[in-house]
Amino acid sequence: MSDPRSETTRQARARRGRNLAIAVALFAFVAVVFVVTLLKLSGHVLAFAPAQ
Amino acid sequence: MTNRTASTAAVASSAPEAARWQDYFQLLKPRVMSLVVFTAVTGLVCAPAPAGRSPLNPGLAAVALLCIAVGAGAAGAFNMWYEADIDALMRRTRHRPLPLGRVQPSDALALSVLLGLFSTMLLGLAANWLAAALLAFTIAFYALVYTVWLKRRTAQNIVIGGLAGALPPLVGWTAASGSLALAPLILVAIIFLWTPPHFWALSLVTREDYARAGVPMLPVVSGEAATRRRILAYALVMAPTGLAPAFMGLGGWPYLVIAAAAGAGFVALAARLAGASSAEIAAKRAKGLFAFSIAYLFLLFAALLIEHLAGVAPLTAPR
Repeated sequence: MSDPRSETTRQARARRGRNLAIAVALFAFVAVVFVVTLLKLSGHVLAFAPAQ
Repeated sequence: MTNRTASTAAVASSAPEAARWQDYFQLLKPRVMSLVVFTAVTGLVCAPAPAGRSPLNPGLAAVALLCIAVGAGAAGAFNMWYEADIDALMRRTRHRPLPLGRVQPSDALALSVLLGLFSTMLLGLAANWLAAALLAFTIAFYALVYTVWLKRRTAQNIVIGGLAGALPPLVGWTAASGSLALAPLILVAIIFLWTPPHFWALSLVTREDYARAGVPMLPVVSGEAATRRRILAYALVMAPTGLAPAFMGLGGWPYLVIAAAAGAGFVALAARLAGASSAEIAAKRAKGLFAFSIAYLFLLFAALLIEHLAGVAPLTAPR
């Protein structure tokens, strides 16, 4: 008799998909915050740059 | 435990299949998100640069639009969490992830809260905090005022609740300009007046579904004939309002012609629906009006967007 707690192939595939989606979402969030920070900082740097 | 939470729990307890990432994405109502993004990008592109400052960086503008889309998704996920019990009773919605038991209600709520918080905070950082506050208001209005308070209580649910779907152009405008103005409010007014006839046309076709679920949509409460007359009344107010951007410094001649033609088409279809002689004919005409209403909104906002990108001069000075 099989263990009722064991995963089926379909459940395992769904879990891998969810894990991957969470990883992608986290990476995308970090990347977006990084890009926003760079763009905001560069705007301020330009704003305070001495006139030529 | 209330009836609503009891039935939601009953629906979810079966949990027949493991959740896929696509199920969580479906919770965000991607089709609604696409409409929100489209109207928000129009507001963002039409907005002037902040006084004495350079226009919003294109990268930051893209992040702002992403935040608005995710914020709309957060509101959609909350709506699906709260309405899982009635979704299970309606043909149109019973295949959603929560009624099917694929996603646990607590997961849907957590996703909604997290996305709502992150999208609002990130919009504040990327654009400005006025736009973030407006986005937070929009999410809260859809989740609490429309979904929790109005949807199951009054036939005016879609009339008042429609404000949430109407605000994205204002959020986009504010993200780009950093301030409020009269011009984007007319875009809000167009979507606000468009929402009731759009949803009432759909609810004429799905009336039995709403009745079974106990949702007091107008056709269920007041009957089909009264709903058809109300649709015509809203169309008669909405069509002239659709012309207003041309006189408020937003639209040029091409926009005016498109808005006039599309508005006349909307009114003509609404009048044909109001005069339908049988339920079968009315159902067919309601489907036609529903499809046309989507095209109407798309045409108006696409015209504004293309005019601004192409540099077409507005008919009047911006207000």
